[in-house]
Parts: sequence; C-alpha cells; structure tokens
Amino acid sequence: MSKYLIRHDPQRCISCKACEVHCQVKNRTAAGVKPGALFTAGPDRLLDKVQVLSAFRPCFHCEKPWCVAVCPTGAMVKRAEDGLVHVVRSLCVGCRACVGACPWKIPQWDESTGRVVKCDGCFDRVTQGLHPACVAGCTTHALSFSRPNENVRKVRLLYAKSVLVEKKAD
Amino acid sequence: MPVKTVYSVCGMCPVRCPIEVDIENGECRFIQGNRQVPSIGGALCTRGGAGIPFVRDDERPQFPMRRTGERGEGRWQQISWEEALALAAEKIADVRSRHGGRSVLWADTGGPFSDLRQAFVRGLGSPNYFSAESVQGINRQHAALSLFGFSDEKFVLDLKHAREVVLQARNLFESVHIQQANDLLDGLANGGRLSVIDTRATVTSGKADRFFLIRPGTDYALNMAVIHVLLKQKLYDAAYAEKWIADIEELDRLAAGFSPQAAAAETGIPAADIEALAQALAKAAPKVVWHPGWRTSRYTDSFFVCRTAFIINALLGAVGARGGLPLAARPEDLGQKGLNRFSDLFPAATEQRADGVGWKYPAFVGGPGLLHAALSVIPTGDPYPVKACITYQQDPLGELPDPEKLTTILAGLDFLACVTSAWSETAWHADLVLPLSPYLERESPIAQLDGIKPAFLLRRRCTAPRFDTRADWEIIGGLARRLGMESLAFASAEDLWKFQLNGTGVKLQDFDAKGIVDLTSQPNYGLLAEGFRFPTDSGKIEVVSFHWRRQGLPSLGPLAPRARPAAGTFRLTLGGCGLHDEGHTVNNPLLHRQMPENVLWLNQAAAAALGISDGETVAVAAQKSSGSGRIKVRLSKFIHPEAAFTVPGFGRTLPPESRALGRGLAANRLMPGGLDIWDLNGGGLALQEHMITVCKL
Repeated sequence: MSKYLIRHDPQRCISCKACEVHCQVKNRTAAGVKPGALFTAGPDRLLDKVQVLSAFRPCFHCEKPWCVAVCPTGAMVKRAEDGLVHVVRSLCVGCRACVGACPWKIPQWDESTGRVVKCDGCFDRVTQGLHPACVAGCTTHALSFSRPNENVRKVRLLYAKSVLVEKKAD
Repeated sequence: MPVKTVYSVCGMCPVRCPIEVDIENGECRFIQGNRQVPSIGGALCTRGGAGIPFVRDDERPQFPMRRTGERGEGRWQQISWEEALALAAEKIADVRSRHGGRSVLWADTGGPFSDLRQAFVRGLGSPNYFSAESVQGINRQHAALSLFGFSDEKFVLDLKHAREVVLQARNLFESVHIQQANDLLDGLANGGRLSVIDTRATVTSGKADRFFLIRPGTDYALNMAVIHVLLKQKLYDAAYAEKWIADIEELDRLAAGFSPQAAAAETGIPAADIEALAQALAKAAPKVVWHPGWRTSRYTDSFFVCRTAFIINALLGAVGARGGLPLAARPEDLGQKGLNRFSDLFPAATEQRADGVGWKYPAFVGGPGLLHAALSVIPTGDPYPVKACITYQQDPLGELPDPEKLTTILAGLDFLACVTSAWSETAWHADLVLPLSPYLERESPIAQLDGIKPAFLLRRRCTAPRFDTRADWEIIGGLARRLGMESLAFASAEDLWKFQLNGTGVKLQDFDAKGIVDLTSQPNYGLLAEGFRFPTDSGKIEVVSFHWRRQGLPSLGPLAPRARPAAGTFRLTLGGCGLHDEGHTVNNPLLHRQMPENVLWLNQAAAAALGISDGETVAVAAQKSSGSGRIKVRLSKFIHPEAAFTVPGFGRTLPPESRALGRGLAANRLMPGGLDIWDLNGGGLALQEHMITVCKL
C-alpha cells in the first residue's frame, strides 16, 4: 500500500460527487473518465433508517499491484518513496492489460487519447504538500487525507499535552 | 510556469461561495473553496468544481449577436460590442422617449453583486427591477416582513450551534449551500438533532433523526399543529412571547382548529409524532432552527408555511438567539462604514411599479418584485406599456411556468435583450444577446456580506476572456455612457472598487491576502436586547401583521383540507439537486455527464397500480391543456404516493447546446396557466399547484 490514506466518512458524505468532478478537472480527463469514483445507492432502508449510501473508490495503490506486473511497457509504475501507483503517459501504448488485471477495475480507458488514466493519488500535489484534488475540494470534508507522520505527530502532541495538563492539575 | 493563486467568488449558483483558483499559463488549472475562510475550508461543491469546464466549453455565446430572423428562429448576426451597445442604448432610449423609463423592465439575479445594475435601472427612471427571489423566495421574504418588519436576509441560521434543526422542503444536502451544510454536519456531530419534512426521502432525510414523509401541500397544517401543541402544552417560551410577540392570544385562537389529530388526517403524519416533535423542540429551545425554506414558490398557502416556520422559531425564543436565528450585523452596527452604493447616485423611481407592488398589492413593500405579474402587463398595457425587457443571467422562459403563454407575452415587447454567460431559452428568443464573461473571466463589484462577521468579498478575474465577452461593469458602463449616466461608467475595475471602498477604511490591497476582508475579528451574534424594537407597527413580532390586515389580507388561515388526486394523477413537485442549478448548468460538459436528464420520481406502489416499472419511459400530461411529454421514471418506496417529483431546468430546445438539447422534460411546460396561479398573500408563484397524469406508453 502507499504511505497515504484517503478516508471516506459516510456520516458526512452527501453523495454529491464533487470528488469525481474535482478529480476530473484537476487531471483534465475526458468527461466519461473517472479516476476516482463515488458510488451511491438508495434511498433505501438500512436498519431503522432510510438513507442514501455511498462509497468512494480511488486507487488502492496495492502493495503488489497487478497492473504494474502486467504492464508490458513499464508505463505503470509504483513510486519507491511513497508507493503511489501511476501511469507514465509517454510509455503507455493503450493495450489495456492493466484494466483487465486490476481486480477493482480502477484504471480508466480514455478513448480520446488512446491511453489509460489512473488515480495517481495526485502525487504532483502531494509532493507539494497539498491534498489530492478529491480531498481538497470535498464539499463536506467527508474525505480526509493522512500522511503517516503527520498523524503520528498530532496524536503524540495531544498525548503530551494531556500529560502536561495532568501534571499541572497535580 | 509558476502557479498563481487568485481568490475569487464562485458563480455557478446563487450561493456565491468564496473560491481560490490556481492559474498556470493564463489558464485555470484547479479550483477549490477558499481555504482561508474557516466555514469553507477549501470545500467546493460539484457545480462549483465544474466552473473550469464551463469556461473551456465553446457552446456558449461567444460574441454579441443580433437577431435577424423571427424571435426564437435562431438566425443571428455577429456584431461588434460597439454596435451591440449602440443598438441596445438606442432601443432603450426609444422606448423611454415614447413611454418613459418605467417601460423598461429589468430581470436580474439580484444578490450581493447587483448594486451597479440596480443603479442603472434607477438611472433609467424605471421602478421595474426584479431579482431571482421573485421566482424563488418571495414568500419567505414577505413572511419575514409581515412578522418582523424586515426581510429574512436579516437573519443568520446558526445551524452549527442549534440543538434541534428542522428542514422543511429544504433539501440542504442536495441543493447544497456549502457553509450551511458543513455547519449542520458539525452540529449533528456534536449531538445536534435533525428533523426533515419532505414529500420524499433524500440524502438530507437520510441524515435525519426524524423523517416525516408529508402529504404534498399540507405543510401549513403540520406547522399549525406544532404551534397548537406548543401553546396548549405550555411548551413555548412565555417570557420571550410576553416581551417580543404582539398577539399570542390571537395565535392561540387560530391554532385551536389544528389539533395534532386533525393535522394527522391531513398530513399523514401521526399525531403522536407531531406532539413528540414539538416537545423535542421545546426541550432544545432557544437553540432551535426551523428552516424557513429556500424555494418557497410552491403552494397557494406557502406564505403561511413560511410564516408558521418563523412563528415556531419565535415561540421557542430562537429569533435573535445564538443557536437559533441571530440577527445579521451590518458594518454600521459595528461602527464601520459600509460600501458606497451606486444606487445612491440616483433617486429611487417615483413611478408606480408595473407589477402592482406598493399600490395594487399594497402589502408588499420593496422586495424582489412580482416578475410574473409584471410580465402579464405586457399584453394589456395596464397600468402602462411595458415595452422593453432586459434579463441579466435570468431565464424567464426556462424558469417561469407556461413558457408557451410567456412566449406570446414576450412577443408584445419592442425590445428583448439578454445579458448572459450561457445560452438560455430566453436568450434564444431575444433580439440582442450581450454575452457576459463567465465568472472566472470577469470582475464584479465588491460584495458586502452582513452576518455574524460582516465582511467585504471581492470577485477578481482569474483569466482573460477566451471569447469576445465582457464583464457586467463593462456592459453597464457601455450602456450608461450612451444613455447619459456617466457616473456608472468606470474606466477600470479598480476605479469601480475604489468608488465602493472610498471612506470605508478598507483598501484594495487588503483583499490580496485572502480575497475577503473581515470587518471584525470577533463574532457578533445579533441578540434581542433590552430596548430593541422590531420595525413593525407594534414594535414586536406580529402574528397577525397590522400591515397585512390594513390591506385586507390574512396573515394566517383556517385548516383547508386538500382534495386528493384521482388515480393516475399526481401533484407535480419540484426540487433542486447537487449536480445542476436550474437550467444554467444542464449543458456543462462534466455536469451533463453526471446527470444528462431529469427523471420523474414516483411511488413504487402507485406506479405498480398503473403497470409502470422502474426506468420505464412514460407519457406525462398537464391537466386541461396540451402540455405533455415523455420522461423516464424512477420508482421509490419512499416518496408520497400523491407526488411526482422532478428536477426543473431540463428539456432544453436550443440547437447550440448539443449536450442538453432535448434531454429530459421541462417541468415548467406542465404548468398551464401557471403565471396566474400564485399566493396572493405572499406574492410567490404556486409551482406545485399543478396536477399531471402519468400513462404507460
């Protein structure tokens, strides 16, 4: 897996699909190509509540990505430093082997360019310290992006503060 | 190329959220909500996200066009801006010289950027300026006016701190208002509770703790029953009522006829649930928000629905309370000077308004105007001829009921011009199209936002126009210069902004940091304090408005049971969605792909009785008219069996919009005679007083 995690909070998600549109705009995809996709169902009864359900499906950036293994030209690459799997466009010949190999059918065929487009975790933005487009623009902050060290630092700081407060109270 | 970030303001829907846009090589690369505005935090909804594809799209008016064929025939001649502005000025001057400035009608979006346009209409000497609220929110505005003496724009909905929120026919999580949606989600995460009243289950009702599937058209009965319980069980804030409500005894008398049992029979909501709701609200008082609605042009009693929503808030002490509906502060309330207004450069028109506001309908004062009533003046010339109409980003033919009739009405105009950034049904019928630059390609006058934290907001141009389009201040300036209103013609956007900011202490460079200038660092919750007087006759909240009573109009009415539709017949109900803003976005490349057409939601059992299954295309027809069409159905167990729901704005007929053309069904075509069906007490159109028949093909 990559070092990063995109989390989807269904409590906050309003199924608006802004994540899909922000992704498409940032990646300049054709209208039918969706590197990240939000699936919704309902309204339907779940337990005692009638709700609209949703699930966000960007790339999992697998530990051993089958799309990378199957790619005959080396166009599908897993970045060593953070594990983000992405397409090197100049090397893609449009054979679609990755589309067939991916168990989750994440790679998208773009017929306007004859190449594959895939969620790359917006690694260009991530490199600049920004969040992926889907997370950055999410209408209700239902998507969140975590960098392992950031989270660790935050939790450690909170713990340290709580200890200090206890000490002060003593 | 380095990436430059420009702070600006979204223009995809009327909410107008602050945005930031990454520019590279003179092109918009990425757009998101303004991260420095805490209530936004980078968030931008689906429509807002599709702003860049809108700019990149070629299927919008690219240059000024003059009609050469018949109206609506689609034969156009490209002309220069010089010719276009000269032509418009000449036509306006001609109408003005023959019938006076009053003969020019201006249908606008309204909102915080509209001051310059309002000034222009004043300068023409016309009283006939209309905002989009005329079609959507006028019942709500008048409800507030009749109760409090001011429009509901004076209120902030403190959804973040409310402990109980009621959304009535307000699908907040689909017709998204980013700040309000996030405030509410924050509140719910902190233990706040949500009740939703709607005719069908939605994303919003899915987040609710209580969902009331109400029979369409019976909201007023429900609200009065809640008032009944609050009064009979002494659950209301008696001290607050004593101090701030003028005539609580009168309310008690009116609500007596609305027992929960009587309301249950009408609404389909069990009496026990109505009582439980009233009790829960009372427990949370004053931290309660009963949302007064967004789109309130629904029924012939929607004015009463809006009023009772406000009255419930008042009974719970929520009006003027934190966690309820605090009053918005103006810069002046904080001892600061507000923006200089262009409108102050001209005296208000003294002529009677064409729509009858202020004389034929004397209860209504100011406000957004009755566009439907004003348009009806065109064929009669009574009280005076209306001969020119200019629309600004408005589409009466696409949005008002009965476009067939409206087309014949508009034929009586000598001049119809549209200032618009996208094609619209009205623009296609116009004599002159003045193409407005999309919001990412234009500057707007500075907006003043009243609220908990009053602020000035600046819409900057992100990129140069791709086509021969112009900003509104350029178009207004061009017309103003030709019509002898030099004071509205500015050489640059900077000059325009400097006029507004002069003397406020805020400088243009103050906007550089984040595009918005807060006028205070501390939140200012407008609470009711000793000595406060509501600007009503009594100085208090008037359940029965003195002003309305003087005009012989009721403020509330008795229980009026609604007839049930016959088999195969449904009440047409309307609502927005997260993907489109009426018809303005249906041809947007990405949004079209997300939702290419509307569908008709029907109750599964009601449809089964007609032999209709999910996804099928059916024939729908308006009663007693030729209005008809075909549309796919979506069946749901969770929509009231009397309702047929759809999203308006589809069924476009414009050849230049290749994607939207002919997709879905135009809901307004199913509203024959709808221009004359409206709430006489509140002024709003009654778009949901239309029955349709649905037949299997």
